[in-house]
Amino acid sequence: MVASRDNSNTPGRIPALGLRVLGLIFISILLMYFDNRDNHLDTVRKGIGAAVYPLRVVVDAPVRFWRWLGDSTTSRSDLEQELGRLNAERLVTSARLQKLNALEAENARLRELLDARAQVRDRARVAEIMSVDANPYSHSLVIDVGTQDGVFDGQALIDADGVVGQVIEAGLMTSQAMLISDTDHALPVEVNRNGLRTIVVGTGRIDQLQLPFVVNNADIRVGDLLVTSGLGGTFPAGYPVAIVETVTRLPHEPYAEVTATPAASLGQVREVMLIFSASESDSGATVDE
Amino acid sequence: MNRDRASRRLPVIMSFVFGLMLTIMPLPQTIEPFRPDWLALLVIFWTMQLPRTWSVGSAWIVGIVLDVSQGTLLGQHALALCCVAFVTVRIHLLMRVFPLPQLTASVFPILATYQFLLFWINGVAGINAPAVTYWGPVISGTLLWPVVMIFLSGLRYRTRSGA
Repeated sequence: MVASRDNSNTPGRIPALGLRVLGLIFISILLMYFDNRDNHLDTVRKGIGAAVYPLRVVVDAPVRFWRWLGDSTTSRSDLEQELGRLNAERLVTSARLQKLNALEAENARLRELLDARAQVRDRARVAEIMSVDANPYSHSLVIDVGTQDGVFDGQALIDADGVVGQVIEAGLMTSQAMLISDTDHALPVEVNRNGLRTIVVGTGRIDQLQLPFVVNNADIRVGDLLVTSGLGGTFPAGYPVAIVETVTRLPHEPYAEVTATPAASLGQVREVMLIFSASESDSGATVDE
Repeated sequence: MNRDRASRRLPVIMSFVFGLMLTIMPLPQTIEPFRPDWLALLVIFWTMQLPRTWSVGSAWIVGIVLDVSQGTLLGQHALALCCVAFVTVRIHLLMRVFPLPQLTASVFPILATYQFLLFWINGVAGINAPAVTYWGPVISGTLLWPVVMIFLSGLRYRTRSGA
């Protein structure tokens, strides 16, 4: 292109293009710097995020409609079967719940005897996962609740089987959550059998986690259940996280190679529960759902 | 006059909205890594056709919206799309006279540059992602360019939209 001075009227010459690009690149770098360092730009994100919300709903709508169609055209016999299964399941669960109530009362009494702080039940809220793809560089998902429902950054997400992840960006009406399988995610856990504390780190694979800091002579076996230890403060204690899959002891290395399978089915969750831990809300008045 | 202008710009804006929807649409795990950069393709097309109206500034705004909706670093896609628009403006006269195969061939390096910028920023920020996340969109984007090009050209001349 000919770079002459005063021919801004000729087609194809855009005035001050280079300058504008340099300016925008500079602004982008500033934005990224502040975004990466700390969360100064949360309000900006929330503002634009609210504008993107309708788009998420529109993209999510066909999938939701398809599910609804599937649900409402299930045959009667299928429904009856499902009902039977659920009834049986409920019977078993409520039988176990009776025992749990007794145990809980006993636990409270014992704790009183020991002068320990009583454990308060966590409050939970169900959220649905939206069929919207988010960040291509991490394992994340979008849920259909936001700050107006009381969601906050760092809130723990579980499903029926175990821990799913945590909220990394609470928007106004939708939020983004990071799965425990993300390579950037680490989670303090303990072995349920003996209370051995360690950390579970995501591998980037949806069906595998690793425990990089287990010493060679530690008492850990295949099949051990790992539960949250509550040490990090983000996750309340006692929720199942994963089951140890392999343990390879390496005599020449300080740490053994331990992998685990997530307890929650990370790849196919549809609904999750958000935990409001007892310490987050006002301590006494917690409501179970 | 002003209203006329707005109505001519509407199809372009709608195409960007549609592109964003395609970007956040869920795909099966197997073809997910090959999701094309719809917005980059749109920026290339509109910048090539109407560089006076749609150039680096609008590309930057599109990028910011993309960053927010994807939850990536704020400014990452904005910077990359801005550079895509810049390169396209510099060679848009050439691109306009290219026949379609040659034009498609010239889209490839632009998309590769776009992904390289994203990769670079991720590297600086310490975000690791497998290599296929970067190469997949370049390949699928190049292959889909003729389709996008024909569709958008049709849209442009039917609605006389743009400037």
